[in-house]
Amino acid sequence: MTDALLAITLLWVFVFIYAVAATIDFGAGFWSMIYLGKRQMRATRIANRYLSPSWEVTNVFIVLIVVALVSFFPGATYTLGTVLLIPGSMVILLLAVRSAFLVFSHTAKDYERILTYVSGISGFLIPGLLILILPISHGGYIDVINGNEQLSMIALWTSWSTYAFVGFAISSTLFLSSLLLYDYSNVANDHEAFVIYRRDAQLIGPIVLLFAFFIMMAIRIEAPWLYDNMMERTFWLGSSVLVFLIGYALLWMKRQMPRFTVIAIVVQYLLASYAYGTSHLPYIVYPSVTIESGFTNPNMFRALFVSYIVGFAILIPGFVYFWRLFMKDRRYIKSGESES
Amino acid sequence: MDDLLIARTLFGTTMGVHIIYATLGIGIPLMILIAELMYQKTKDRDYAIMANRWTKGFAVLLGVAIPTGTIAGVQLSLLWPGFMEVVGKVIALPFQIEIYAFFLEALFMSIYVYAADRLSPAMRILSVFLVFVGAAASGILITNVHAFEGTPAGFRIENGEFVDVDPWAAFFNPSFFVTGGHVAVSAFMTGAFVIASIAAFKMWKERKINRTYRYHQKALMLGLVIGGIFSLATALNGHESAQLLHEYQPEKLAAAEGLFETQRYAPLAIGGFTDRETQEVKWAIEIPWALSFLAGDRFDTEVKGLNDYPEELWPPLFVHTLFNAMVGIGTMLIFLSMIGFAIRHIFKKEQFPRWLMVLFISAGPLSILAIEFGWIFACTGRQPWVIYRVLKTEEVVTTATNLGTLFIFFIIIYIILMVATVLVLRYYFRRHPIEKELDIEKN
Ligand code: HDD
Ligand code: HEM
Ligand code: HEM
Repeated sequence: MTDALLAITLLWVFVFIYAVAATIDFGAGFWSMIYLGKRQMRATRIANRYLSPSWEVTNVFIVLIVVALVSFFPGATYTLGTVLLIPGSMVILLLAVRSAFLVFSHTAKDYERILTYVSGISGFLIPGLLILILPISHGGYIDVINGNEQLSMIALWTSWSTYAFVGFAISSTLFLSSLLLYDYSNVANDHEAFVIYRRDAQLIGPIVLLFAFFIMMAIRIEAPWLYDNMMERTFWLGSSVLVFLIGYALLWMKRQMPRFTVIAIVVQYLLASYAYGTSHLPYIVYPSVTIESGFTNPNMFRALFVSYIVGFAILIPGFVYFWRLFMKDRRYIKSGESES
Repeated sequence: MDDLLIARTLFGTTMGVHIIYATLGIGIPLMILIAELMYQKTKDRDYAIMANRWTKGFAVLLGVAIPTGTIAGVQLSLLWPGFMEVVGKVIALPFQIEIYAFFLEALFMSIYVYAADRLSPAMRILSVFLVFVGAAASGILITNVHAFEGTPAGFRIENGEFVDVDPWAAFFNPSFFVTGGHVAVSAFMTGAFVIASIAAFKMWKERKINRTYRYHQKALMLGLVIGGIFSLATALNGHESAQLLHEYQPEKLAAAEGLFETQRYAPLAIGGFTDRETQEVKWAIEIPWALSFLAGDRFDTEVKGLNDYPEELWPPLFVHTLFNAMVGIGTMLIFLSMIGFAIRHIFKKEQFPRWLMVLFISAGPLSILAIEFGWIFACTGRQPWVIYRVLKTEEVVTTATNLGTLFIFFIIIYIILMVATVLVLRYYFRRHPIEKELDIEKN
């Protein structure tokens, strides 16, 4: 494996972890908004129990991705920074509103409803914007004017395929988060929330699959190079669909296996994104930036790599402790009122 | 405005907002840690209540510190792609290591806040200690990138390419320790004085010496003592920062002091405004020889003046005023905390005179102002360079145009966030007045 390949693999792992963690995070915010003040209040409480301690940790991952990209692939920074100015700014603006109002809504109880709405809606839009990096990296929307690269916003927003990506991101957000909360309510022995989130997952699953097919169609039309590569990986794509079907079918079974279902669906995303990611290589931004052309110098790579190993070795006990306190400890998950 | 100017103003505004929350995000954990330790030592429940209430406030501040920091991090790549390209090649380590500090802080902050009831006292103190370490380390590490911009090291430039990169030499660039230290101690001082300000304000409103008054008095003294210690450290270390400027960025020091002619026995100009036309600092108080002594510990130190450099490389001259304001505030706050301590512990007075209370109330806002002045001085004083004598700001700016609309959006969001923080904090502490907690304690 070349160093550049190693670096892009690591980056891909971070992106995958963030994609899963963030969709769950934003989705949980959305559900806590939907069920707020309704008869299904318990569902909101479960969502908040999950969200309160975890959003900060999830947020660090987005910073980690930006830093890993810049430090491993400085040569890609220029192009990406330039073309992502508008969508990137929209994401960070929404993110600021979302995070701040999430915290505010837990502090100012009398205004909880309005604050939760602001944070729920802004959070729910973020994945839809973040995913635009994918079609942009496929190349079709970047114009070169006087030697400067520019994103063609009009082309981007008038193409139907953009909406396939947006729809996929948003439906995945709702799907993954309802699944995780379904498992989480099971750990909490909260039957009411459990039933609600199972129903939500049952409803949304097919929509996700539908959007995934739209995305394949969009890629076929707009990025034939990518489509051809993906067609060489039908094994991965096929097993992804298969695992999805297994996981989804489990939702309807009489005997429920929430933890297994969640894992199956995450594995499904893993398989699909492996097929997508390897097909995307060697390009970071098609056709101008490849992993080799953007790669940092060997000294920096070595120093960074050592820092990753040392850094995560030190942090892992912290992550484990965190997990045990908030994801496994029934005393926490069950305790009635969401902390104020 | 042209797009370069908008980009600069936009980024400067982002940082100006982030720094308020970030500085408190470093300073307040130290205060919480000290309150927790005081509680373990004295078993006085008041300190436990302080730790608890400050944590609540801190959690709200962090709710804005983190997203504005995320904006800063992303905006750096969006507005200055050319700069981040160089950062990625040469000075990526501080950014990378900072991530671990962020993780440390985020993990243990959640543990400290949401699992407090399930932790032993030792684990609680360890958690808040790790929050403190994470926050301080993130501040110091990000500052290291700024230090590198002023004293770049660890590479050579050959035909416009960065070669022979030594990431650790870049990391340990000449001003790392001094600059990182300055940011850390000034943040500790600011956190402490903000606490002192709030306590003083509450005592002012309470007037009577009762249970509530005494509670706030303890907080005030804690703030004054910690603030006093760290304002002294800030000044001593700031003096070293200035000596580094003398050595590595002489035109910045010259602009800070309004010095035009290179000379030995250079005078120190305090106050006033630098006038480009007449080449003097108007309405300033001049202390003969002092600048030479401060710059090099000897009166005959030669201090470079602006006229040694082409005018297009001069930093903006208003930095003189910013620099003076920062130093002025720092000096005043050292004396303020000494006076407060003396009145309370040497003269054993229960109450402070009204004028002193007013000064105590202003200490927190003044420290925050000093932080803002210091940063605007440090970043603007580096102009026109983004990396000193290597890369100019105009070379690294995004090629995108029409930044104006974006600028307006960001400003609106910052205003909303800042107003909302104040409202939410006020709301929370009105609904949970200290009297309630103190009464619960009595029963
Ligand atoms: C509470 C805030 C505060 C206070 C009271 C002081 N400073 Fe400061 N100063 C900062 C907060 C700060 C800062 C905001 O943290 C800066 C901006 C960049 C940096 O590294 O620290 C800074 C920068 C800064 C620089 C520029 C470093 C550079 O350009 O890289 C110098 C020379 C000094 N300071 C010197 C002093 C002196 C001699 C002080 C005497 C009391 C002083 N500062 C008080
Ligand atoms: C947190 C407090 C900070 C404040 C208030 C601040 C303020 C500013 C201001 C006002 C500008 C515009 C300067 C001008 O154009 O005249 C600026 C530019 C800049 N600052 Fe800072 N800054 C801060 C911290 C940092 C740090 C820690 C870094 C290093 C990572 C940094 C890097 C830059 C860069 C790259 C620019 C743009 C290029 C330039 O104008 O030099 N700043 N900052
Ligand atoms: C001296 C100036 C600065 C100080 C003292 C400072 C300090 C802090 C602190 C204490 C936090 C909260 C950390 C946490 O809870 O995770 C924070 C957040 C953050 N800061 Fe700053 N910062 C400064 C400047 C900057 C600059 C210039 C950038 C951009 C390059 C930046 C990027 C960030 C990011 C990305 C976060 C969010 C981290 C997260 O997601 O947890 N900061 N900063």
